[in-house]
Amino acid sequence: MIRDITLGQYYPGDSWVHRLDARTKIIATLLYLIELFVVNNFYGFLITAVALFAVIAISKVPLKFIFRGLTAVFLIIAFTFLLNLFMVDGRVLWHWKFLTITYEGLSRAFFMAIRLVLIIIGSSIMTLTTKPVELTDGLEKLLSPFSKIGLPSHEIALMMTIALRFIPTLMEETDKIIKAQQARGADFESGNLFQRAKSLIPILVPLFVSSFRIAQDLALAMEARCYHGGTGRTRMNEIRFESGDAVAAVLMVLFLGVIIASRFISI
Amino acid sequence: MPISVRNLKYVYNPGMPGETVALNDVSFDVADGTILGIIGHTGSGKSTLLQHLNGLIKPTSGEVYIDGECITDGKAKMTDIRRKVGLVFQYPEYQLFEETVSKDVAFGPKNLGCNEAEQEERVKKAISLVGLDYDEIKDCSPFELSGGMKRRVAIAGVIAMDPKILILDEPTAGLDPSAHREILAMVRRIHDEMGIILIFVSHNMADIAEMSDRVMVMSGGNIALEGTPAEVFSQGEKLAEMGLGVPPAKEIIDLIKDRNPGFVSEALSVDEAARDIKAYLEESDS
Repeated sequence: MIRDITLGQYYPGDSWVHRLDARTKIIATLLYLIELFVVNNFYGFLITAVALFAVIAISKVPLKFIFRGLTAVFLIIAFTFLLNLFMVDGRVLWHWKFLTITYEGLSRAFFMAIRLVLIIIGSSIMTLTTKPVELTDGLEKLLSPFSKIGLPSHEIALMMTIALRFIPTLMEETDKIIKAQQARGADFESGNLFQRAKSLIPILVPLFVSSFRIAQDLALAMEARCYHGGTGRTRMNEIRFESGDAVAAVLMVLFLGVIIASRFISI
Repeated sequence: MPISVRNLKYVYNPGMPGETVALNDVSFDVADGTILGIIGHTGSGKSTLLQHLNGLIKPTSGEVYIDGECITDGKAKMTDIRRKVGLVFQYPEYQLFEETVSKDVAFGPKNLGCNEAEQEERVKKAISLVGLDYDEIKDCSPFELSGGMKRRVAIAGVIAMDPKILILDEPTAGLDPSAHREILAMVRRIHDEMGIILIFVSHNMADIAEMSDRVMVMSGGNIALEGTPAEVFSQGEKLAEMGLGVPPAKEIIDLIKDRNPGFVSEALSVDEAARDIKAYLEESDS
């Protein structure tokens, strides 16, 4: 179950999307997220979905893999959907005791759910096709102009690198601890909410202890290799924009234009 | 409570990138009272196999029988399996979580539904079995103990469930030589006193040779060799091919054999080797 979380996971490949500069992908994803809030009707979402699936097809990441990431946030999507469904006033479609579904509510619920799904799939494409290290390198480069006004861009990027790097490690650790406690007869699946929450203590305490141990080891290993922050640091692979990034930029601008135009399609 | 494993196969991440066959048609039996040593390279499927034996992993295909009862058909009750088969993972001290040692050791019995009196009795017994003083240690925090002691407490946590089969994954990993010897002696004592099946994984060939009644060599998800320590370690070349070795004493014996055709010895431990070499020297002197 814990392995199903694809957030921040990388899917190895050598597609056009994989080869794009990380900065291009970060900017494109940001534009894409903004674009999702520009959209004001279902036609806009249709265009977005077509574009998104085109990108997925080019990236050659299996759909199965992408949708697995959605299952982890299914609850949030379902909650948003239900909240919108029952909370919006308007033309009444269905009524039962204190529950009322309106035409506007139904439309809003679908609208929000689709937006959430598109946000999650869109941003997971970025992490699926970009190695975490490239991603944070790109972020550091993008933020570096702000270091003049005191933003610690290197440190931010480093923290992100470490956080991403240790997601799989901590998941593996969690898996191990869960199994070890199960072997001692621990039961995480039955009982009421309170009992279940309590049954997490045997997992959380060792996990915290492990995290501190891992953090300490990492700090020591970095110091042993003379790490001293970002100033004067060179890198083995300098990232640079290539022709593919120009194509991506043009496509992105075009896409944004189409989306803005889609606002004026009337139903 | 004999174990029997039939055509066990397990595939990690089927249909995903990184699909790996961890076990590929594994079958074996373990008779009552046996100490089975398992050796194999990292990634040979040892840990995966161990986790099948108490139902933590469901096989892709194949069956595991504990005491004649199939535990892989989905009908068996997990608590029953875990009561019978105790599994101690690598670095078990990382799973300690309670405020006091006695509470931590009682975690298993409590999960099995023992009442308080029985819990306490089991905790006492388990702590003394791992060679610690119950009254001295029961109220200590498990986090303030030394590495070797933490490991004993963690092993006690599994023993307190009173298993009929005890499985240890590299019980001596990362310990200093004296703690290493103590843990091995302790494991041996637990086996003798509880009269159970003991299965343990180790990378130390001398430990395997000294402790085991039978040895199983895993390689690439298969059982490459199986037999008594003497049988398995007589195939030094095959073991070397798999990146494994023979006990140091056996290495010396083999070298002496190469140069002295008259020398005969089946020794695997240092003591046996010393005895045989001494006997040979005295014989050739006279």
